Amino acid sequence: MADTLLDIRNLRIEATSYPPGEPPRDVVLVDDVSVSVDKGRVLGLIGESGAGKSTIGLSSMAYGRGGVRLTGGTIALNGRDIRLADAKALRALRGREVTYVAQSAAAAFNPAIPLMDQVIETSLLHKVMTRAEAEARAILLFRKLGLPNPERFGKRYPHQVSGGQLQRAMTAMALCPKPDLVIFDEPTTALDVTTQIEVLAAIKEAIRDTGVAALYITHDLAVVAQVADDILVLRHGKRVEYGSTAQIITAPAEPYTQALVSVRSLDHVEKSDAPAVLQIQNVTARYQGTSFDVLKNITLDLPAGQTLAVVGESGSGKSTLARVITGLLPPGQGQIRFAGRNLAPDLAARSRDDLREVQMIYQMADTAMNPRQTVGTIIGRPLEFYFGLKGEAKRARVQELLDQIEMGKGFIDRYPAELSGGQKQRVCIARALAAKPRLIICDEVTSALDPLVADGILKLLLDLQAAEGVAYLFITHDLATVRAIADRIAVMYRGEVRRYGSKTDVLAPPYDAYTELLLSSVPDMKLGWLEGVLDSRKMAAAGH
Amino acid sequence: MHPVLTLVVQRVALGFLLLLAVSAVIFLGVAALPGDTAQAILGQSATPQALANLRAEMGLDQPPLTRYFNWLGGVLTGDLGTSISNGTDIATAIGQRLGNTLFLAFWAAVISVPLAILLGLVAARYNGRWPDKLISGVTLSTISLPEFVVGYLVLYFLAVKWQLFPSVAMVFPGMGLMERLNAVILPVIVLVLVVLAHMMRMTRAAILNVMQSAYIETAELKGLSPMKVIWRHAFPNAIAPVVNVVMLNLAYLVVGVVVVEVVFVYPGMGQYLVDHVAKRDLPVVQAVGLIFAAVYIGLNILADVISILANPRLRHPK
Repeated sequence: MADTLLDIRNLRIEATSYPPGEPPRDVVLVDDVSVSVDKGRVLGLIGESGAGKSTIGLSSMAYGRGGVRLTGGTIALNGRDIRLADAKALRALRGREVTYVAQSAAAAFNPAIPLMDQVIETSLLHKVMTRAEAEARAILLFRKLGLPNPERFGKRYPHQVSGGQLQRAMTAMALCPKPDLVIFDEPTTALDVTTQIEVLAAIKEAIRDTGVAALYITHDLAVVAQVADDILVLRHGKRVEYGSTAQIITAPAEPYTQALVSVRSLDHVEKSDAPAVLQIQNVTARYQGTSFDVLKNITLDLPAGQTLAVVGESGSGKSTLARVITGLLPPGQGQIRFAGRNLAPDLAARSRDDLREVQMIYQMADTAMNPRQTVGTIIGRPLEFYFGLKGEAKRARVQELLDQIEMGKGFIDRYPAELSGGQKQRVCIARALAAKPRLIICDEVTSALDPLVADGILKLLLDLQAAEGVAYLFITHDLATVRAIADRIAVMYRGEVRRYGSKTDVLAPPYDAYTELLLSSVPDMKLGWLEGVLDSRKMAAAGH
Repeated sequence: MHPVLTLVVQRVALGFLLLLAVSAVIFLGVAALPGDTAQAILGQSATPQALANLRAEMGLDQPPLTRYFNWLGGVLTGDLGTSISNGTDIATAIGQRLGNTLFLAFWAAVISVPLAILLGLVAARYNGRWPDKLISGVTLSTISLPEFVVGYLVLYFLAVKWQLFPSVAMVFPGMGLMERLNAVILPVIVLVLVVLAHMMRMTRAAILNVMQSAYIETAELKGLSPMKVIWRHAFPNAIAPVVNVVMLNLAYLVVGVVVVEVVFVYPGMGQYLVDHVAKRDLPVVQAVGLIFAAVYIGLNILADVISILANPRLRHPK
């Protein structure tokens, strides 16, 4: 038997929940989970939010976030149970035997301290090596992780480097003190798809070269399939399935795992052409006080009752385009035509019908709703504002809309805090729908949701489109979402449209260089996908 | 030019502009009062002719703008005018008083600022537990009591009952440093007690705010002890709000200590100002007002500059 590094048995984790208007109660976050990691192996923890992945990950350092308590079972690290170890013993193992890579490296680095000092801090604190040795090792790791100018990289401050570089620096920070186990907590989730693949490759290589064991936490099965030897599938704090990566991907035993594996298979047949409801004509825009155009000469058409997906990484100008269409940012040049008429550049100059017919749904349903209003008030507001509905008539229409978004009775008097993430987004959809719009701008509406929930939202949007004939301008960075919903696609890069046309045209070769990069960076739920892509890129580079 | 240098130069320039505006407001305010210096010197029974003569002699018959620039020119060359109540040169008189005030403020600051920050850090470390409650309780009680009450309490116990320190803070030119320190020890204690709470609470609040950040969890997961986490990772990011409150309190130590000066009969600026307000000695009031404004503006500019320098994003642009 191989050397067992981490052996978690019957782990139980609880926290105290404070629901509004009710007495506090204890909730079980993780229930009877057992798992072990051998030296040098990588275990993937996968599940939707609230499944307890991060909680289990942090428990291997006997750390409970907030008021989280490790209430039962054993957590054996290097042969000793650390669940109830005292503060001093825990400080000695944290950063020495186990290190942690957080989801958002941008937030996890201290903005006031140069990177090098943060990267070598644990090595010095635990007296693993001298400062000179630690700095030499850090530079070595920077180089291994493909960071630019590794000799000087450490002198920079966190705000001076990009998100992808910070994520790699955080990996270097975790590997620097030569730990036995590294916890990667969604290390690539916050990154663009084209950056994710580079970071993923760097992490995988660093794990292999240093021989460290790892817990790799993510909600994306396709990502974890590239790095993990074994996978533990979690749901609601319980173990669903545990097996080798190959078995989980190719022969999942449990229905839930099967649903996770097939989540990206949703497909949508594009509609034939129709007259345009929205025409964006030669639009150029910049923000006040800046000297460069965020949008450069954009021309796009959206046929009535269809979906135009705008794809691109962060900073490509997708959301700015939405701001221009809604009138929040008047364009410098160009024209927005809507249903055969010109829309005024500035929101203030638009008629009430102009406002009613263009609605928006946002990425963060949480912040898009007033937490002190009930669902009925939130959805009822546009009914009152645009149609003058009041009292019983309004309530009946709200109920009708709730039925349309498949939420039924009982939700009308609830507050946003009492809804799940998917339900909140549904309420936002109903609010947009209440205005009877001809166009809904969807800005990353599924990005904050778990894959299965996001699938449900996409299906709902498609059903509503079929029933109401509403057009969607669908902004996203996720190509799987695009496949599922789009009739037309515009690929944006640095404020320009790089590729535009019907879905079949855009997603069929020959590709331009950027679209090729974007498409090939989307993780495929296949073993060895990562190596395959990297190899073919190397070949292509060598061929030039 | 480095962007930080530009920012700092801007702030300092703005400070001077503000000071100029304040000088105009002070001048206008004093000029708007009924009666003038000539009236004050000659009294209510003066004949109009005598008043006119004296006004001509003192330049008071000039238009206000001319008088303002004459005064401003004098200030810039170190001439603050002559006191009408005792005929002495204001600059000389203030020179000594200001020295005394700054001496007192300096020692109060040297003790209170590090102590307040230290207590704030400890209170944040033990947030909600007994050390936090003790520190907050004690400092908040001392700030809640009026200064003269604290002053008399300190006097009663430390000077009268136990006779540890002199009850009257007598200082005079030619005194040795140790003698001087011994003399001002009671007012320093009172001032420390008065300003401690504000700075301590701000340090505590700023630290607790920073403690919510993700990088604090990173530091905890590195195995750092709680005090190290606060000192190395939280405090550098809490400097800006703390510095602002510290500077406000330092300004208070210079311009707001009149009550404490009176209680301990200390010859500082506050007493000097109050004496001359009572005597309607307008040139002195103007001069002292300007100096107080300069102290306030100067310290706030300093706070701004330190906040700018403490911000790594400004110090190290992309």
